[in-house]
Amino acid sequence: MPAFPQAADASTRNTQLRANLRHATHTIRAKRAAAVAELDDWSRLRAAGAAIKDRTLRHLDQYLEQLESAVTAAGGQVHWAADADEANRIVTELVRATGEREVVKVKSMATQEIGLNGALATAGITAYETDLAELIVQLGDDLPSHILVPAIHRNRGEIRDIFTEKMSQWGRPAPEGLTDAPADLAEAARLHLREKFLNAKVGISGANFMVAETGTLVVVESEGNGRMCLTLPETLISVVGIEKVVPTFQDLEVFLQLLPRSSTAERMNPYTSTWTGTTDADGPRAFHLVLLDNGRTDTLADTVGRQALRCIRCSACLNVCPVYERAGGHAYGSAYPGPIGAILTPQLRGTQSELDASLPYASSLCGACYEVCPVAIDIPEILVHLRERVVEGGPASVRGTRTVIKPAKGHAAERAAMRAARWALDHPRLLRTGQRLASRTRRFHPRRLPGPGRAWSDTRELPKVPEESFRDWWQRTRGGSGTGSGTEGRKKTT
Amino acid sequence: MDSRALVMARIRRALTDVPRTETPGEVPVERTYHRVHGDRTAARTVDLLAENLADYRALVHRADAPSSLPALIARLLADRGATSVAVPPGLPGSWLSDVPDTVRRVPDTAELTPHDLDAVSSVVTGCAVAIAETGTVVLDAAPDQGRRRITLVPDHHICVIRVTDQVVDSVPEALERLDPVRPLTWISGPSATSDIELDRVEGVHGPRTLEVILAGPESAGQS
Repeated sequence: MPAFPQAADASTRNTQLRANLRHATHTIRAKRAAAVAELDDWSRLRAAGAAIKDRTLRHLDQYLEQLESAVTAAGGQVHWAADADEANRIVTELVRATGEREVVKVKSMATQEIGLNGALATAGITAYETDLAELIVQLGDDLPSHILVPAIHRNRGEIRDIFTEKMSQWGRPAPEGLTDAPADLAEAARLHLREKFLNAKVGISGANFMVAETGTLVVVESEGNGRMCLTLPETLISVVGIEKVVPTFQDLEVFLQLLPRSSTAERMNPYTSTWTGTTDADGPRAFHLVLLDNGRTDTLADTVGRQALRCIRCSACLNVCPVYERAGGHAYGSAYPGPIGAILTPQLRGTQSELDASLPYASSLCGACYEVCPVAIDIPEILVHLRERVVEGGPASVRGTRTVIKPAKGHAAERAAMRAARWALDHPRLLRTGQRLASRTRRFHPRRLPGPGRAWSDTRELPKVPEESFRDWWQRTRGGSGTGSGTEGRKKTT
Repeated sequence: MDSRALVMARIRRALTDVPRTETPGEVPVERTYHRVHGDRTAARTVDLLAENLADYRALVHRADAPSSLPALIARLLADRGATSVAVPPGLPGSWLSDVPDTVRRVPDTAELTPHDLDAVSSVVTGCAVAIAETGTVVLDAAPDQGRRRITLVPDHHICVIRVTDQVVDSVPEALERLDPVRPLTWISGPSATSDIELDRVEGVHGPRTLEVILAGPESAGQS
């Protein structure tokens, strides 16, 4: 994957994409604002949501042990995966053990993060995505571009073409003469997928929440494909990040108010399913929970970045982000696009690759993402913190080991500039000479920077150098009066 | 070291800033949010439930008068042209008493396959609780509601809410009534998707028609 600036340079030229995204993000952000305004205690719910997650994260080991016992007691089996490969291996083995070669899947960020479908395909197992948008993405041999509406970059005409061309390769073909009306497209998906649901023996899901106290898992959805995958198969495998645990069943009262209104701007999403282990003759007979680390403990180790693990994947931050709106989700090169992706991806994967090192810069730091976040993640704060890590390096946890990472490549100019500035500020006499020189030569200053600075000055006005520096002005107007000559004056006398 | 031990060790190393003596209870969680939004009479709460259900495109009916419930259920099934109806084991017998015998009763049993259910027109159930502020009915797989799948595969769901004792105002009030050990299904309007250009379309996989009956004290009986 290219770094964000290169990817965005290409995607921002796609006018269709920009038009689709602009329509989608503006529609949904207006609806969300209205849904949130219905609750006059929103800020208190938000504070409670953040606090519950903080409590959980600060005692994550205890809550995971409690969760494991509760799930096991309820008839489920718990597996632990330190990274993506291990999670994929566990799921593959579990599916193999059933003797099945096909699985139905509920939309899940965690399985997308670990590339589960690809791993299953390598093992000869076909995973069918059953969320309508995920189906569009899968049939189109495409990647999701939004957390909540993964096919937001596709318009109805493109979807019709994808269905007409590809459905027959995966199962029931699209009906003859399929139109591009959303109702007809949804009907085609219903028919295509129903065949899969009715025959499915294995379902794979993620979860929105896991309750430590009771071992209850929660999936929030709209279409009913989730319910199909969670109840019709004989075996259910859920892959869930360790940060998704909440302490008590009562805590759901906070998140089931925060999540639907923040994500789809509804009072409540059409379907929410909860299950606690297995239930006799109702739903799957076998339940496996795969608890996923894959960089989450590294994120946990960073006291500034830790708050990113509060995220409940509502996608409100995407819909208000001016950068996401123009660049689109693919430019972020990760399952997690938008502002949350810009802070989560470099923490989960580290900042070593060029792409991951570029993500903390994929923001204008306008702060809109923080304003809408239902669990009050200070995204701008983490962005700045990660930028520092990229430029300066420093202590970080990598795969569970505390280490000191080197500055990322490609930031040499920035580092050199910062070093020069530090040096100049430590030498006031030189600074003053430099400022005077700059003032006197201002007529000859270029409008654009040469060399590596050119990209920066291509899109910005260079600030004009004033005729006289502040220090000189101060000296001239107040310096002689003897009323507190400031740092400069003191330095001179010593 | 197995992965469980590895992940646990990583977590403990990651949390070196958390004092060893700190307990979860010492991390403050202020529950100053409302238990209920607004102050309503019981009748107004039921009206709000009806409004919010309808806003999410459920079809809402009232059965206030004594014994009007069986006639209403029979009419809704007939209007729909239902030829068969899935029946939870504990559904009050009177509820289907006006439905003609030509409509096949399909009892909810463990032997019923998903394919069998796919051939069923409609399903009639009770519920565990209904939430006015969000327009939600919650099923908990009790005998009058049956297994989760019977309200999922048929395309038409008729759900009866007893207004006397099953309607609450808010999400917090609903949760404290529910047993987490039971599988729960929260339903707010029919199945819906907005995945195509954000146009809302009812029904992709779940029932495309949800009819809710608000049953008065005398019509609903006790299940």
